[in-house]
Amino acid sequence: MLNRKGRRWGADACVVGFSGGGVGAEFGDPLRERMVVPSLKLQDLIEEIRGAKTQAQEREVIQKECAHIRASFRDGDPVHRHRQLAKLLYVHMLGYPAHFGQMECLKLIASSRFTDKRVGYLGAMLLLDERHDAHLLITNSIKNDLSQGIQPVQGLALCTLSTMGSAEMCRDLAPEVEKLLLQPSPYVRKKAILTAVHMIRKVPELSSVFLPPCAQLLHERHHGILLGTITLITELCERSPAALRHFRKVVPQLVHILRTLVTMGYSTEHSISGVSDPFLQVQILRLLRILGRNHEESSETMNDLLAQVATNTDTSRNAGNAVLFETVLTIMDIRSAAGLRVLAVNILGRFLLNSDRNIRYVALTSLLRLVQSDHSAVQRHRPTVVECLRETDASLSRRALELSLALVNSSNVRAMMQELQAFLESCPPDLRADCASGILLAAERFAPTKRWHIDTILHVLTTAGTHVRDDAVANLTQLIGGAQELHAYSVRRLYNALAEDISQVTAAYTVQKTSEHRALFLRTSGLLS
Amino acid sequence: MIQAILVFNNHGKPRLVRFYQRFPEEIQQQIVRETFHLVLKRDDNICNFLEGGSLIGGSDYKLIYRHYATLYFVFCVDSSESELGILDLIQVFVETLDKCFENVCELDLIFHMDKVHYILQEVVMGGMVLETNMNEIVAQIEAQNRLEKSEDQVLA
Repeated sequence: MLNRKGRRWGADACVVGFSGGGVGAEFGDPLRERMVVPSLKLQDLIEEIRGAKTQAQEREVIQKECAHIRASFRDGDPVHRHRQLAKLLYVHMLGYPAHFGQMECLKLIASSRFTDKRVGYLGAMLLLDERHDAHLLITNSIKNDLSQGIQPVQGLALCTLSTMGSAEMCRDLAPEVEKLLLQPSPYVRKKAILTAVHMIRKVPELSSVFLPPCAQLLHERHHGILLGTITLITELCERSPAALRHFRKVVPQLVHILRTLVTMGYSTEHSISGVSDPFLQVQILRLLRILGRNHEESSETMNDLLAQVATNTDTSRNAGNAVLFETVLTIMDIRSAAGLRVLAVNILGRFLLNSDRNIRYVALTSLLRLVQSDHSAVQRHRPTVVECLRETDASLSRRALELSLALVNSSNVRAMMQELQAFLESCPPDLRADCASGILLAAERFAPTKRWHIDTILHVLTTAGTHVRDDAVANLTQLIGGAQELHAYSVRRLYNALAEDISQVTAAYTVQKTSEHRALFLRTSGLLS
Repeated sequence: MIQAILVFNNHGKPRLVRFYQRFPEEIQQQIVRETFHLVLKRDDNICNFLEGGSLIGGSDYKLIYRHYATLYFVFCVDSSESELGILDLIQVFVETLDKCFENVCELDLIFHMDKVHYILQEVVMGGMVLETNMNEIVAQIEAQNRLEKSEDQVLA
């Protein structure tokens, strides 16, 4: 009997067996009375869940529905299986258990219907992984779909393989994916290329299979294929010095592709804010960085183009800035001409003053990457960096702190420490510890005098004592111990700190530690007299 | 590499959860909650980058997010991704959703979670950027939807 409670329940039903005792009782017993209960559409279930006013109500609705779904799976209803799994995936997102749907994914993937495969593969990606024995069982279905499926089906199979394909699956299916790299449809090819990247990550030996097709793929004009190919080549180069050497010969071709994008653009369909396919440009720049690093000849080949991009990119929108930043990083990482390097760092310095916070963040991050290799160039922007300590945005001030600490040297230590101490007094709590330890470390390295060093440590202890590690106190003790001429001074300072704020536990601890100076301490404070 | 893509509303209710690295279910839920709390603390006029929480990985990971009306779109990425590039990628994804759903709103994501996954799969695959040409993506999705519809008709 069909329950026709209005449109909400739909006109279809699934067969559920249950005893008079209600849902949850034994199933599958042919002697039991079977009643037909309509199966909720996904949207209807979602409606019901949204109608629940409390967490408990929601749980009740979902558990009830999951029981229906389990029964439906057990009965093996093929017609509504896809809908049952879709509902299961929905409640899975909300945090409810869905493991009993794993085998159903396999059945759906093996079905001939696209509707079934679509949700089945999605289920596999969301519910299955290498830890489940079931995952290997889809290998055969994937193999069939890759070799005989229509394009959308091949796409689904590749997507699944690139998401949850284990090493075994990858080894098994590499030949199928290799075939798809060079077949006519760009839709399938671009997916096969990224699947190859995943396969190489899982099984590095497969690099030998996927390296040869790259040369031909680089001649394609389809942006999706090019993007995937650049990603694949990058992966190969990062894994093997031999591959890196091999791909150096494509530098001129990469330069040509990038130059075309920058000057004319392959297709306006890919432009973002007037910039031709910034995603592809960024990927190419990243690959050029890897290929040009420590290689004079490659660096020279790309020098002119990098200069062109650095000077001509439109920086009024985010897309152009993304390209520009990548260009700067590439310039700094390869063997580029000195003039070009100065230009690059100056671009970053300019970005530090940009009104867009995202730009300032990326500028700070980039400068941090360069501070070791190009210290003096970055030093030129120290005043601006220090200004960024005053940022209200915690992400920005954190970056500014890291960079400021990295810029401290013996000639600027007094000025920098003043700024950093001021920052310590007002910085957000989660940066206190890092700031304190950073100051102490810098003081250790660059202290101009012992007295200055002691003052600095004391100031940190009194400003952020609770955030300082214990060994800071030990260091102070050692420092004072090794500076006889400053004993009286130190003890006086410690006493003052203690008198100011008796709750400064660390200061008190320090006093206790200097037990051998206790006599001096007591004399100084006049307690013995 | 993109580690995860999360979409949740202003109250932390998940609307799309996609991980490209395997985590057990409980950890996944924890990550969603932790990410929501981190992102919620941010004002609207500060930068869109956050150092990642403790669960999804160490210092190499960050959260890049955009806030559209009632929804947060959060991409968790490692240092190999361009921060500004990901911002544009989020925009591409959202604009694609807009084209597929015709003036997309939160309700569309709620009631068509599966379709949102299918659309996302045409933009990001295996944690890598697959396609950014919106016209191509939309054409593909429409073709697939037609395929599904034709199968439904056969059944009826």
